[in-house]
Amino acid sequence: MYTDKVMEHFMHPRNVGTIADADGVGEVGNPVCGDMMTFYIKVKDGRLEDVKFQTFGCGAAIAVSSLVSEMAKGMTLEEALKITNQQVAEELGGLPPHKMHCSNLGADALHKAIENYLSQQSGQQAEKAEKSGPAADKDEPFHCPFCDFILPENAQLCARCQVKLIRCEHCGEYNREGEETCRHCGAGLV
Amino acid sequence: MPGFYADKQAAAPVRPEVLEAMLPFFSQEFGNPQSLHSVGQKAARALSKAREQLARLINCRPEEIVFVASGSEANNLALKGLALANQARGQRVIVSAIEHISVLRATRFLEKLGFRITQVPVDGSGLVSPEKVAEALTPDTVLVSVMMANNEVGTIEPVTEIARLCQSRGIIFHSDAVAAVGNIPVDVSALGVDALSLAADQFGGPKGAGALFLKKGTKITPLIDGGLQENNRRAGTENVPAIVGLGQAAELAAREMAEKSARLSRLRDRLIAGVLGSLDEVILTGHPVNRLPHHASFCVKFVEGEAMLLGLDLKDIQVASGSACTSRSLRTSHVLTAMGIDPAVAQGSLVLTLFDGTSDDQLDYFLENFPPVVRRLRELSPLYTKYRQEKKDVHG
Repeated sequence: MYTDKVMEHFMHPRNVGTIADADGVGEVGNPVCGDMMTFYIKVKDGRLEDVKFQTFGCGAAIAVSSLVSEMAKGMTLEEALKITNQQVAEELGGLPPHKMHCSNLGADALHKAIENYLSQQSGQQAEKAEKSGPAADKDEPFHCPFCDFILPENAQLCARCQVKLIRCEHCGEYNREGEETCRHCGAGLV
Repeated sequence: MPGFYADKQAAAPVRPEVLEAMLPFFSQEFGNPQSLHSVGQKAARALSKAREQLARLINCRPEEIVFVASGSEANNLALKGLALANQARGQRVIVSAIEHISVLRATRFLEKLGFRITQVPVDGSGLVSPEKVAEALTPDTVLVSVMMANNEVGTIEPVTEIARLCQSRGIIFHSDAVAAVGNIPVDVSALGVDALSLAADQFGGPKGAGALFLKKGTKITPLIDGGLQENNRRAGTENVPAIVGLGQAAELAAREMAEKSARLSRLRDRLIAGVLGSLDEVILTGHPVNRLPHHASFCVKFVEGEAMLLGLDLKDIQVASGSACTSRSLRTSHVLTAMGIDPAVAQGSLVLTLFDGTSDDQLDYFLENFPPVVRRLRELSPLYTKYRQEKKDVHG
């Protein structure tokens, strides 16, 4: 089911752990959905000096977080913010279609940790971090939580993987129809 | 490395005696049981023998058996076929909340046709209470279906009481006994059921063979129309080798059940005690006593089932899980949800089912290798870190 690279990261995940005096922390997912990731970053001179993570989730979720941590370490904040879900999946040699939402979480968690750091820096209320992930940025298109396909405005069905979608009223992210809580923010879905 | 295969419910080796019985029917005795000539009649006789072998195992008449291709097909035939044929009596169908997905999906189909479905809740150990079923019965109830034993948590249900209740009200009662037949005694006459599903691959037989017991005189609408096979209840050329295998496996199961069940339940109890004794924050799911002799199931907190499954497989240990990530539908097990298990805890579901080949040595190997796999994943888990932090805060 998984590529050798996914299995290798699953068996030997890089950068596992927490950072007690982290400059930024980002948490995404929800144990109810089966995936939850926490990223910790240390920033020096605009670069990610250290990245650590903890993940509760399936093999793909663990491999994705490990790879994201490896990719991001040493990058400038701008570079790290450009890591995309698609890139992560490609680096891993592909993920099964029904696991694609796991790869979204890895980059989202890292981005959230960076936003957390930036909002502390600017001393502003973490308005942007509050909204989480690509939903926060109106220029970013919405992706299918399952196959990463770019969705048009108010999609009800993913044209690629045919999953029926429902939008979270709280954070704007898409979820699978019939699910009770949002994968991204944990809010109840109507 | 001895390895430990504990996913019997998904697949188990066909017994050598069963394979031997099946082999001639692929090419030597290749006949079609519906042919009137001698080649066909040899196959017809083999089919009759298998029917008698199975009838002895579940204590029914041979003509009360409909051979099908799987447990799921038997359940579909029962739910749809019985509801459709008897809908003049009413259009309400009652099932338990923890039925196999083939039963639940079949009720969804019936719902689209205008039937009304009631799901009876279960308690924390997965037991369906006969009182709750009684409360759910309405004058328009045509069919009740409650499983004999649950495949995910191993709980054995009080089917006799529920069957008696239905009988007294003139309601048809079906039981999905796929996880039970061949593993625990199932006597359809003593149980008083009208229909009962079973599958050969759950007791040493091949995949692709199942059966529906249908009490004489019970009306059913076939799902597959065509020839007159299976007394006009299931068209299509019979899968003779698989059905011969089913019959042979039934004969062996009838002969060996008491001894095998005693051996497996001893191993199961060792397994449960070993797992609960080696790790904290692990719960046994299902009923502690009324459970299948070969079945042990747990929820391991703070870790996810698929990751455990993969980690164990790397140690040549094969198990199953009901976690959302393990299922392709990405949904948490409806069984654990119905039992009121916290959805986050349900993600750590683990299901182990033992078979003839399971030995004490293999079990030792599992008990030695399981805790380190869980500990590694817990070190990775933010939930475990939070749990330990909270525990530290409470205890100072």
